[in-house]
Amino acid sequence: MTDAWTPSERELERARVRRSLHRRGVVVATAVTVVVIGALLAGVLSSPGWPRFRETFLSWPDARAAFPDIAKGFWINVKMFLVAEPLILLLGGLVAITRGTVSPWLTPARFLAVFYTDLFRGMPTILVVFLFAFGIPALRLQGITTSFFWLGTAALVLSYGAYVAEVIRSGIESIHPSQLASAEALGLSRPQTMRFVVLPQALRRVVPPLLNDFVSLQKDTALVGTVGVFESLYVAADYGNYNFNFTPYLVTAAFFVALTVPLARVTDWLGRRATQRERGSR
Amino acid sequence: MTALLELEGLRKSYGDRVVLDDVDLAVDTDDVVCLIGSSGSGKSTLLRCLNLLEQVDDGVIRFDGREISDPRVDPREVRSRMGLVFQAYNLFPHLTVLDNCTLAPRKVHGLSRAEAEERAHGLLGQFGLAEHALKHPDRLSGGQQQRAALVRALCTRPELLLLDEITAALDPELVGEVLTIVRDLARQGTTMILATHEMSFAREVATTVCFLHEGRILEQGPPDRIFTDPREEQTRKFLRRVLPS
Repeated sequence: MTDAWTPSERELERARVRRSLHRRGVVVATAVTVVVIGALLAGVLSSPGWPRFRETFLSWPDARAAFPDIAKGFWINVKMFLVAEPLILLLGGLVAITRGTVSPWLTPARFLAVFYTDLFRGMPTILVVFLFAFGIPALRLQGITTSFFWLGTAALVLSYGAYVAEVIRSGIESIHPSQLASAEALGLSRPQTMRFVVLPQALRRVVPPLLNDFVSLQKDTALVGTVGVFESLYVAADYGNYNFNFTPYLVTAAFFVALTVPLARVTDWLGRRATQRERGSR
Repeated sequence: MTALLELEGLRKSYGDRVVLDDVDLAVDTDDVVCLIGSSGSGKSTLLRCLNLLEQVDDGVIRFDGREISDPRVDPREVRSRMGLVFQAYNLFPHLTVLDNCTLAPRKVHGLSRAEAEERAHGLLGQFGLAEHALKHPDRLSGGQQQRAALVRALCTRPELLLLDEITAALDPELVGEVLTIVRDLARQGTTMILATHEMSFAREVATTVCFLHEGRILEQGPPDRIFTDPREEQTRKFLRRVLPS
């Protein structure tokens, strides 16, 4: 009997009002967007240096000429990023968990974790890269690589590990104590509580700031270019210095943006899916 | 005179599940309407629809003579005249009890801090929470938290108070202190709609009792009649289950 529902006149009228309100919203959104973007474009295009800018930054032949080398260089950025990211997560996670332990046996580990985060968060990343690339080979240690690629990547891992550790720790601390209490009440040990109850919730909460750090890491792989690794920014600078044209910089920028935007969308989607699963879709 | 709140043919569904079906109800000023019925009968959804937290699929809600189910109505304006208290208190844990109580009066109703605090202190004192005003909610007992949530709703001087099973999460011994407040409010002539499982309380304070079953108001009337002489078989069944015989 309830299936026989047909909307009343009033409801149909309301649906019409809702649709027209929605349409009005769409019109406003479109108009505002067009006006703002138009104004920005007009501002840039009418700037006194625009013709000159077009010559030195938007030269199609130069973009084409530099593209293959930049792509090759960018592959180095991607490799650095792909190697560093899992290691950073692991390191950051370990440090964060270590700081949350309570066992007296682990006191030195806790001390070390605090010391590590304080030290590496405090140093400019570019300085860490310099110290690793030039300092470690100077020690002449047996069996340690002298490749700038690997030394630079190690510097990024240690530097970002400290940031990520703090992000994860803040996630862990944001979990309400009642969650710990109910896990302990079920008889779970402290590590089990961490592994099965706290961390899954904490990590989900810190996905946006983690992504933020990883986007930042993707860009900071360019810092390794400063010690002479031929990654994309270094390639672009090289081309610019040689041909007096800066278009390759914009090409490089496009590469970086093209890498980070899909990652952001994927993360948004993952977050939405998790929320929907837990709270239903209303 | 027209009723303060009028519902006509209210309908709400989530996907295929019809949660409210053709609900009619009139609430006059000073009425205390108790919604009873098993879990899932639509009591909470009904309250959420009245507060415009949920959009109804059909039917009309009139508040103070004006249709508030109209899409052009600003829900915030409606909500500023209604209070809603939740089963799980939903106090803001980062604010003290006093700040919980002064937030809406200051930010929505434009009271000065001094005015809002004076009003809050008055109500907190009246409900035995004076000494807890500067504590954060998590340091209070469940009963105290729910009383604080009630005070928070009252601080905006709502014309209509909606209470959604506010004692359902409390220990039996704490239920009393919260119900005492609601009883006082009813006596002072506060217009209220409350969903409740406390049958004897409903019988005592209600001017009208509505029995909900599968999203419909199956039966409504004065408490004495509903509780002693229910007409519907479903109502009788429900009352047999929940009333101590």
